[in-house]
Parts: sequence; C-alpha cells; structure tokens
Amino acid sequence: MTNFNAISHSAIYVTDQDAALEFYVGKLGMEVSADVDLGVMRWLTICVPGDDRHVLLETPGGPGPSAEAADQLRDLLSKGALGMAFILTTDDCRRTIAELESKGVEVTQQPTEQPYGIDAGIRDPFGNYLRITQPAAVMGEFTPEVLEKYKADTMGMSD
Amino acid sequence: MVSASEDQNRRMLRARDAMDRSYAEPLDVPSLARIAYVSEAHFIRTFKETFGETPHRYLQRRRIERAMWDLRASGKPITDIALAVGFTSLGTFSRTFREVVGVSPSEYRTRTAGDVGPAPTCFRMAWQRPRERHGEASSFGEADPVAPDLVSRS
Repeated sequence: MTNFNAISHSAIYVTDQDAALEFYVGKLGMEVSADVDLGVMRWLTICVPGDDRHVLLETPGGPGPSAEAADQLRDLLSKGALGMAFILTTDDCRRTIAELESKGVEVTQQPTEQPYGIDAGIRDPFGNYLRITQPAAVMGEFTPEVLEKYKADTMGMSD
Repeated sequence: MVSASEDQNRRMLRARDAMDRSYAEPLDVPSLARIAYVSEAHFIRTFKETFGETPHRYLQRRRIERAMWDLRASGKPITDIALAVGFTSLGTFSRTFREVVGVSPSEYRTRTAGDVGPAPTCFRMAWQRPRERHGEASSFGEADPVAPDLVSRS
C-alpha cells in the first residue's frame, strides 16, 4: 500500500525560461521557488506564494528526448497540443481575469459560472493553457439542485 | 529562441482560440487572419497545415459541439440553441448536425438527456467535439482559399 503525502512538483514545458518567468512571475504573480544551475540544466521552479506545490519550467531537450523529439515537443507545445498545464485557484476569478487582460495575457475563455465555481482559461506565451478557478463554496458536490441550476444557466455560458 | 514554425503555430493557435472564444459570432477570415498576422489565403492554408482542418471546418465542429452540450444540458428549444451557437437557420443547423453527429438534434437530445458532468469546460469542449465521420462526404464544403467570407455565419 502506498503512503504518499502530497504532490510536491510537477513540470511543464516552456521554450524560454526567462520569458516564462516574465509571464508566470511578472504577470501571474507566482514566485520563484528554486533557480539552480545544475550544469546540465537550469532547475527552475515556481509556486504560488505560500504554497508547497512547485512547477518545474522545463525546456524540451537535454539528455532525455532526442533532438528530433525535442523539436516535436516544441512543435506540439506551440500548437497548444500538450494539454492543460495546471489550474490556479483564486478568490475572485472575474477580477483576476480583468487584471491579467490588462497585462496583455491571452484569455481563451472568459469567467463562466460552473457547478464547481467560476472559472476561466488563459494561455501562456508558449502554448500551454491554464485554468483560473474560483471554487464554489461546496466543491465536488453535485446535488440535484446544483445540476438543475447548471442546466438552467447553460445557455448563458460564454464558452 | 522561438523558430519561425513555432511562431507561426503560435499565431495560428491565437486565431483558433478566438474561434473557441467567439464561436457564436459571425467570424470571418479577414478578422481571423489579422489575429494571426497573415494574409487571408495564407491563413486558410497554414491553419489547415497546422491543425489538419480548415478554419471553416474547425468553427463548424466547435459550434456543433456547443450545440451538443446545450442539447444535453438544457431544455431550450432547438431553434434557440441553433441560433445561440452561431447558425442563422434551423434548417442549416439540423442538416449539419445530422451529417456531423449522425442523428438529428432531437434524437441526440433524447439519447443523452441529463448526461452532464463535473469536468471543467475546457475538457468537455475538447472531448465532446464530434469526430469526422470518415468515408462520408462532408457538408462543410472545403474552403475556397480565396473566399473572404469562408467562416461567416452558417
């Protein structure tokens, strides 16, 4: 039986770590939790201030994937084909998105009411997409009343 | 360092995001090409090279996907749903829907009523998109690369 405690790190691909910092730290307000020159790579992680989950900003390449595979990863990333990077939570999704838009962040979906809260979508400069979610008061509970409201509100969705 | 092809991909993605965001609007090729900073003919050709389908087909499948969701999750009249997702007539919507999904909108609603779940919208939009029905003629009508109103309202 496993006995894990948490997810401490996950990783996303970026094609330029300095540009990634401009976006994730400069525009999103995350902070650098590690920036270490390992010789073979720059170990660069970010986190939400105060949070213990770290995201490695990794560039395709190094001794892992072949040069050809690295090129394929860069191609897929720039096409938005590598899937969702992560979900950030906030107390005020609408205000957050308005602030990010004013900073030039690409908003792929405006804040939308959902059973699980209010969420929106953004894309980073490299093609990763992220969700910004304002969790509902009761997460993960889909009572008949909630679902009924969801159905009723669906036509007002802006996605 | 971003290569020329990556930069081009990223600009095409920006235009595709605009279609996902504003699928119900009367989008046209000139405005999408401007988002991608390319000429109209170049946009249509490059979009297809990048994503495997023309902008017109992409937008149509997005609209049908949204209509499928509304049919599953709401009790709204089908005509209202057709208009809400960007079609201008019930006839065009119904014909396109049947050709893409394989059943009529009302049949689809009956089969999937109440089938909604808690996944974030982005995943629903990605996974509920109707797949192309191989071996059958498409109603989308492939793009004429010089037609400026290629993706105007259906």
